[in-house]
Amino acid sequence: MPLKLIPTDYEQEAPSKPLLRDDTKFASVKIAFFQYLTVAVFLFLVSGFWQLQLQNQEYYLDRAARNRIRSQPILAPRGKILDRDNRVIVDNHSSFSLILARENLKAEHLKSICEGLDIDCDDLRERLRRFDRTRAKYESIVIKEELTPGELAFVEAHRGQDTFPEMELIHAQRRLYPRNGFASHVIGYTGEVSDPELNTTEFARFRQGDVIGKAGIERQYNDILMGVDGQRRVIVDNRGRVHKVIDKKEASSGTNLKLTIDLDLQAVAELAMENRRGAVIALDPRSGEILAMVSRPSFDPNKFAGRIRSKDWNEIRDNPDNPLLNRAIQAQLAPGSTFKPFIAMAALDSGAIDESFTAHCSGGASYYGRYFKCHAAKGHGSVDLHRGIVQSCDVFFYNLGNRLSIDKIAEWAETAGFGQRTGIDLPGELEGVVPSTRWKIRNYRQKWYAGETISVAIGQGALTVTPMQLVHAIGGLAMGGVWYKPHLVHDPSHQAPPRRVEINLDHAARVIDGLYGVVNEGGTGARSRLPGIEFCGKTGSAQRVSNEFLKAHRLKSPASEDDFKDNAWFVGFAPRQDPEIAVVALFEGGEHGPEAAPIVRDVIKSYFDKKSRSTPATVVAAVPLRQQPFPPPQ
Amino acid sequence: MAQYRSIRDLDWPLLLITLSLCALGILQIYSATHDTVWKDAWWKQVLYVSVGLILLWFVSSIDYHTLLGQVPVFYGISVVLLLTVLMVGTKVFGSRRWIPLFAGFHFQVSEFVKLVIILLVARYLTELRSDHLEIRDFLKIGGLVALPMALVVKQPDLGTALSYLPIVAVGVFLAGLRWRQVLVISFLALVLPVTAYQFVLQDYQKARLVSFLNPEMDPRGSGYQVIQSQIAVGSGGMWGWGVTRGTQTQLRFLPVPHTDFIFATFGEEHGFVGVVVALGLYFLLLMQIVQNAQAAPDRAGMFICMGVAALLLFHLLVNVGMVVGRMPITGIPLPLMSAGGSSTLSVFLMLGLVNNVRLRRFVN
Repeated sequence: MPLKLIPTDYEQEAPSKPLLRDDTKFASVKIAFFQYLTVAVFLFLVSGFWQLQLQNQEYYLDRAARNRIRSQPILAPRGKILDRDNRVIVDNHSSFSLILARENLKAEHLKSICEGLDIDCDDLRERLRRFDRTRAKYESIVIKEELTPGELAFVEAHRGQDTFPEMELIHAQRRLYPRNGFASHVIGYTGEVSDPELNTTEFARFRQGDVIGKAGIERQYNDILMGVDGQRRVIVDNRGRVHKVIDKKEASSGTNLKLTIDLDLQAVAELAMENRRGAVIALDPRSGEILAMVSRPSFDPNKFAGRIRSKDWNEIRDNPDNPLLNRAIQAQLAPGSTFKPFIAMAALDSGAIDESFTAHCSGGASYYGRYFKCHAAKGHGSVDLHRGIVQSCDVFFYNLGNRLSIDKIAEWAETAGFGQRTGIDLPGELEGVVPSTRWKIRNYRQKWYAGETISVAIGQGALTVTPMQLVHAIGGLAMGGVWYKPHLVHDPSHQAPPRRVEINLDHAARVIDGLYGVVNEGGTGARSRLPGIEFCGKTGSAQRVSNEFLKAHRLKSPASEDDFKDNAWFVGFAPRQDPEIAVVALFEGGEHGPEAAPIVRDVIKSYFDKKSRSTPATVVAAVPLRQQPFPPPQ
Repeated sequence: MAQYRSIRDLDWPLLLITLSLCALGILQIYSATHDTVWKDAWWKQVLYVSVGLILLWFVSSIDYHTLLGQVPVFYGISVVLLLTVLMVGTKVFGSRRWIPLFAGFHFQVSEFVKLVIILLVARYLTELRSDHLEIRDFLKIGGLVALPMALVVKQPDLGTALSYLPIVAVGVFLAGLRWRQVLVISFLALVLPVTAYQFVLQDYQKARLVSFLNPEMDPRGSGYQVIQSQIAVGSGGMWGWGVTRGTQTQLRFLPVPHTDFIFATFGEEHGFVGVVVALGLYFLLLMQIVQNAQAAPDRAGMFICMGVAALLLFHLLVNVGMVVGRMPITGIPLPLMSAGGSSTLSVFLMLGLVNNVRLRRFVN
């Protein structure tokens, strides 16, 4: 062992035993070598700095800038949608959206992010791929909106430089629609523009990731409601926290839109249609303003606001009742007896009958070898025009149909606006069918049979109308041949001029007297009488399938019987002179016209109730404003 | 012995250079941490430097021959303390390196073991009294150093453990290694790393090595530190961003900016010019130590000075090399600049040894 524990006397001992050569010169060459080594090491290190700082400074300046500078979108809030009294129907609320900074995105992180936030990963990859095609790399993509507190916590915990730094939170204004599908068909919904939509002319000017109106008012007036997104560039630290804003282009929010809808009336109509299929429209015939529009079943637009979950989408899409259909403008159905006033007008105007014409009803009549029943099996006896309308006598109108040609009916139907779009400011309106000889030849390459006219005379056969057309037509008739274009946006200063048709006002007055009698003189709508209000209207029950078909199927599948029940219609207006409101109600499967009448009655009653009160009522808080679910981070 | 201990005889240029580097270090610690949780670090560092100066004076006043005489005692204490660390040490970032002291201060034994290694090598090689080193002696000194090294590796703290090697290497080199011995050692130096990679290294150490070889492969993982350090240094350019202005440092993209990566933040904020000045000071420091070695009164003194120089050179090479991405990340501090009590005090103690040798240069 060369080492021994030697106490302090080592120092004394050393001189007494001189070392062999205890000088330091023996290593001088090697020390010099060490000095050269030191020089080499320092040159090596300095060259490293030379390379980084002098040769590649630009590169690293850029890298440093990309480290700390991020551009974040500032999402513009859409304009609010208000009712005619400036009450809010559609509002926005604050929420957090998660965006991915695509510059920093690592493909292998996607899976974990998707798992953490319950996002469909394949869907996200597909969106990213589409985004990459059209958008610059520095633009971020919104991958999830309206984060729950749990998801927020996930993001906060994982956005560090060492986990998923590509995740960023931004503040966003989200659409808040009324719940329970209130006015959902009028309002429509918003959503991210889809790939097929981008290929259409209507949407071609949008870009991937834009949230646009996809239905209803949201779509029709998207350009007004949609704001312009801004952008800001910020300096962030390694945790993604914003330290400083470099520059900012403010978002300009969308313009508020005032509708002609009256929330009170809308609420009454919604309530009346609860758990029913069908539609209600209330219209001011003096201007064409829509006061209420309901279509049932409805959907919850809040589920669409942003990105809809596929489960919700499938549920809505696969619903056999088709809740997305706006029945008010898209249901094309036989109008039944509600069409009779227009037949009467056609008959009077064309001279097919005069005002004193009477017919005898014995419960049915035969035409062209076929027996047509009246709804009253015992018959109505001797029926004139007034009674024919009041009692809705089918035989009386078979007579009219027999005397009229189908083309005369079509002419008057088209005058009243049937068979064409009313031009309401909603996307997707349908035009229904007004049959004529020309129509038959065009569509079926067949001549018109006179027997078919008999069915059309009571609003059956090939004739179909939309509720919108019906209320539009009756309103114009009640106005004496003045048809305003129906519209939903409240803008009295830009009222379009009406379509005026010279009709015989005496004839019109006689038909309207009949409609008054329907409600007030013990007619088919007698139960819906409103004391003090000159409420006129017409019931209708329209078959959806022929009696023969019904008979054949009733035995086989009693369960589906409901599908074959008649549709109940009612269309009315008030008052008799100078009408202020016209309302149509379609109650699918409601069997009889009188079933639909109370719906119209309720709406008209509430209109006049409200009018009689000096101050606008605050009946409903239509928009249940949700509290902001959680405080902002930091 | 009073004539040896005159303040006038201390190595004043060495002290001046040392304090200049400490001043740069403290300024940089302040700049890197002024709005972080470590914002007290700079005045703590002032405290360490002050204590270090006292220790320096104290160590230089005890004749180094006396210290050499106590090497077996020091060695024994070191081994015991290292074992203690393994058993009761404070665990930080997954390794046990510290023994807790009063008031939140911690004591990193492995830093002070460096001093013992320096003294051990000096004494062993002096006692050979030969101009040539036999392989047997080489193995013995290797074995003596291997024990504390193994204990430090176990903490695990590979960087500090490796820093013991240059002391031995320079020592045996100076003591007269033969060519065939150099060959054998070179062979082992090639074989050992491979075996170490296979059997000894921890996963995080392997990851660091891999990321050193190709940092861009995993920019968010272990390559992150290398890349961020290079970005910081590179964006500094010729003149730097200025004190407290470096974005990489201030926005905390740079990890541990006041300890291991202090030279990266220094490079970012002071640029190439600042780097050359600081490295120039280090160079002068090393040359001053080597000059003291050349002027040492005996071989023991020379070995002590050269051991200190070798250790400091190793630290500079590995730490600064890591900052510019030319060395793997080993987690060893930059002497005199990095914040940290144990490392600062141990450097001052080493410089105390150098002064000790200098004060006795006229003995024989």
